[in-house]
Amino acid sequence: MTGTGIGAAVRRKEDLRFITGRGHYTDDISRPGQAYACFLRSPHAHARIRSIDTSAAANLPGVLAVLTGAELQADKIGNLICGWMIHSKDGSPMKMAPHPALAVGKVCYVGDPVAVVVAETLPQAKDAAEKIVVDYEVLPAVADPAKAKEGPQIHEVAPRNTIYEWALGDKAATDAAFASARHVTRLDIVNNRLAPNALEPRAAIGEYDAGSDSFTLWNTTQNPHVARLVISAFVGLAPEHKLRVIAPDVGGGFGSKIFIYPEEVVALWASKRVGRPVKWTCDRSEAFLADAHGRDHVTHAEMAFDDKGKIVGLRVHTIANLGAYMSTFSSSIPTYLYATLLSGQYAIPHIYCEVDAVYTNTVPVDAYRGAGRPEATFVVERLVEVGARELGIDPPELRRRNFIKSFPHQTPVIMTYDAGDYEASLRKALEIADYKNFPKRKRESARRGKLRGIGFSTYIEACGIAPSQAVGSLGAGVGLWESAEVRVNPTGSVEVLTGSHSHGQGHETTFAQLVSDRLGIPIENVSVIHGDTDKVQFGMGTYGSRSGAVGMSAIAKALDKVEAKAKKVASHLLEAAEGDIEFKDGKFIVSGTDKSATWADVALHAYIAHKFSGQELEPGLKEGAFYDPTNFTFPAGCHICEVEVDPDTGEVTIVGWTAVDDFGVVINPMIVEGQVHGGIAQGVGQALLEHAVYNSDGQLVTGSLMDYAMPRAGNLPSYKVDMTVTRCPSNPLGVKGCGEAGAIAAPAAVINAVTDAVGVEDIPMPATPQAVWSAIRSRAQPRQAA
Amino acid sequence: MPTVSMTVNGKPVSAEVEPRTLLVQFLREHLRLTGTHVGCDTSQCGACVVHVDGVAMKSCTTFAWQVEGCHVTTIEGLAKDGKLHPMQEAFREHHGLQCGFCTPGMIMAAVEMVYRKGHDLDEKTIREELDGNLCRCTGYHNIVKAIHAGARAMRDSAGA
Repeated sequence: MTGTGIGAAVRRKEDLRFITGRGHYTDDISRPGQAYACFLRSPHAHARIRSIDTSAAANLPGVLAVLTGAELQADKIGNLICGWMIHSKDGSPMKMAPHPALAVGKVCYVGDPVAVVVAETLPQAKDAAEKIVVDYEVLPAVADPAKAKEGPQIHEVAPRNTIYEWALGDKAATDAAFASARHVTRLDIVNNRLAPNALEPRAAIGEYDAGSDSFTLWNTTQNPHVARLVISAFVGLAPEHKLRVIAPDVGGGFGSKIFIYPEEVVALWASKRVGRPVKWTCDRSEAFLADAHGRDHVTHAEMAFDDKGKIVGLRVHTIANLGAYMSTFSSSIPTYLYATLLSGQYAIPHIYCEVDAVYTNTVPVDAYRGAGRPEATFVVERLVEVGARELGIDPPELRRRNFIKSFPHQTPVIMTYDAGDYEASLRKALEIADYKNFPKRKRESARRGKLRGIGFSTYIEACGIAPSQAVGSLGAGVGLWESAEVRVNPTGSVEVLTGSHSHGQGHETTFAQLVSDRLGIPIENVSVIHGDTDKVQFGMGTYGSRSGAVGMSAIAKALDKVEAKAKKVASHLLEAAEGDIEFKDGKFIVSGTDKSATWADVALHAYIAHKFSGQELEPGLKEGAFYDPTNFTFPAGCHICEVEVDPDTGEVTIVGWTAVDDFGVVINPMIVEGQVHGGIAQGVGQALLEHAVYNSDGQLVTGSLMDYAMPRAGNLPSYKVDMTVTRCPSNPLGVKGCGEAGAIAAPAAVINAVTDAVGVEDIPMPATPQAVWSAIRSRAQPRQAA
Repeated sequence: MPTVSMTVNGKPVSAEVEPRTLLVQFLREHLRLTGTHVGCDTSQCGACVVHVDGVAMKSCTTFAWQVEGCHVTTIEGLAKDGKLHPMQEAFREHHGLQCGFCTPGMIMAAVEMVYRKGHDLDEKTIREELDGNLCRCTGYHNIVKAIHAGARAMRDSAGA
């Protein structure tokens, strides 16, 4: 199969509807008789609710209902949950505070939903929300994770606002390695808090059908079945079979649309209360207050080297801000998705990491593109770069000396890396970036009065999450397999029903490529169906760059079964022994003869069933599979960032970007490169522009796109993207995952480049012109003798 | 309620709307032209860009009554006679979109960029001109390529 098979840069099947404005995002959908919801949110970071008076609001024209936590409790609607159990070092379980969909008794962050108005029109709902009178007793608040333990206690269950104090690795052995080290590099790192900002704001339409006593939810979600499971089994709104969740076209997620949020629960619940479909669409400024944020770590990290520049130990202590409540997967992000990647691409014999997760009066923090892995990579790659400078070793050379070179490799932090060639991606990146001529370019920049710097990031990530038994043993409340069903129609066209969900990744194309490649049928004859719990079997959804490695592997497994069944049908049709049937290039051939049947012939005969009896073979051609991976996958690569800094203004310009990634087998290079571009942009955004800032009262200072600096076209360069390939041995397709790599690699590459240009050890993210200018000024000050 | 009248994608339309109705609400809710999107509330993201008498305008910060009597073109009106506009083709060919949410605004802004800046757009110009349009998926790399190619294709198709 050529042209549309595996490895071809097929143009996307989904694009036609998007470029013509015919997509169907949640807010594009209108249900007959729908009413509109507006949430009243807390203006305070921390306050007790003395009383809520909804009477004035309820009497306004068009208002159908004004609901609060009291009604929620009266209807016995359950709390939202965090689905991953983490135990502290002392063995005690994490402290999960109750998280009602509407505040009960107190509010814990600015934006905490207090009440909802449902009205005939959205303006009426907004007007009425302003008339709700809430009497608050304002309490002291804490927003800074470093101060959380000493701050006012937010939840009864969590003294010192501590959710868990967790550790991974061998402390004694690591301490011993440090004691005998020749050199120790130390860094204090703040991994800045980010607002995900998928361009489509979240939205939900809840609809209750009294005739069947069932609910439908249209929702901007990355995992409709998980949403249904949580809303049914934990929130208790409806039995699972009485709730249909539809995720139509979803405009980006980046993690923020994994979680089960209060608003969709309320939209569903309110639809039954008012007897009308209820639609809620988030405003952007509301999204800053209501969508889970990402990152927000405060870390002290130390890397120990021997006299040859070999890393002998890594010691990390991190305080992770999880916000005011524990979001759906928040507990796993700074633990099993973070500390397990601290070995980077290096053979580090001893690693010890402690993570203290804390509550603060801020919106919950959960997975955001990369989720734990960008934070780990930033720690490791900053330490290696600073270590190289302190030791006077060329940074690529120090990396090379420490690279893992044989596989499988067991790290001291759980992971078993299965395959990789880190030297190959570094070598290729150095060539493309023309590293050897960097000094010449630096001199040329200096002649123009500019400071030039280069920074490296040789990252690793764990994708394809994950073997269900393994994550179960680490506390996950779910299995992390994926499902697929391949339905062959009597005319030979194919529908693939996948438990994965596409919100920009292009599954309708890449998944169809796999089917086209395997069955030898035109890609136009394949449809990929996802995002509807009534159509698709239970599936786990899309996050953590898992849909290629896990989702497509499930399809491959179902295709194996389809092929096996089709061969049986062909054997009857061609009157040959089943063992003599070969399937090649879309044809069934009787070995050693010129007898053959086309794919369409066999599909038709599977359904008309004229050539075999029901005792011999079941009619039909439709097979399903659940694929549970045997290991994580380990994409890795090298990103090199080159910057020019204006010493007068502190402005950083990225003048070169080289990415050489190893994603294993690539299904569609055009789509993979697009994922790399987007990931880098988000990583550069974190490094240079983005920061969700709370003041000490817990007010979000960066509450709109006027204040929060999203990367624009003019902030970014074009990228040089290339690849190396080591096949992933743990899945049938050899794929690893590419969705998060850029966001994981980029921040360290940028900060390494900027600090190289300026000649300082560290500049905190985001390295705004002001921060860089201050760093240049501080460097200019002669050091005072102690 | 006052009546507004305008021509949208070549068709005259007229409706009674509240004075505070925004053009984007009029398009999406009254005309059910949902290709024009709302990505923010501070006129920053550009997902709502439409053409008003051939000029790119953010329909989220324009009242419907402000374009009384004007010719409005939305993303749904860009393809003519079942044939995609060259800029639409260029976005598909160069993978200038992922989730697709910013795409209608991007394409409308890009077409108008060509009206103003001509068919030979260099990278710097395109990046500067895209200041009013945000994309969170693509990192802009392929959007820039698509606009560069789309601008040239617009000349070729005009000359054909």
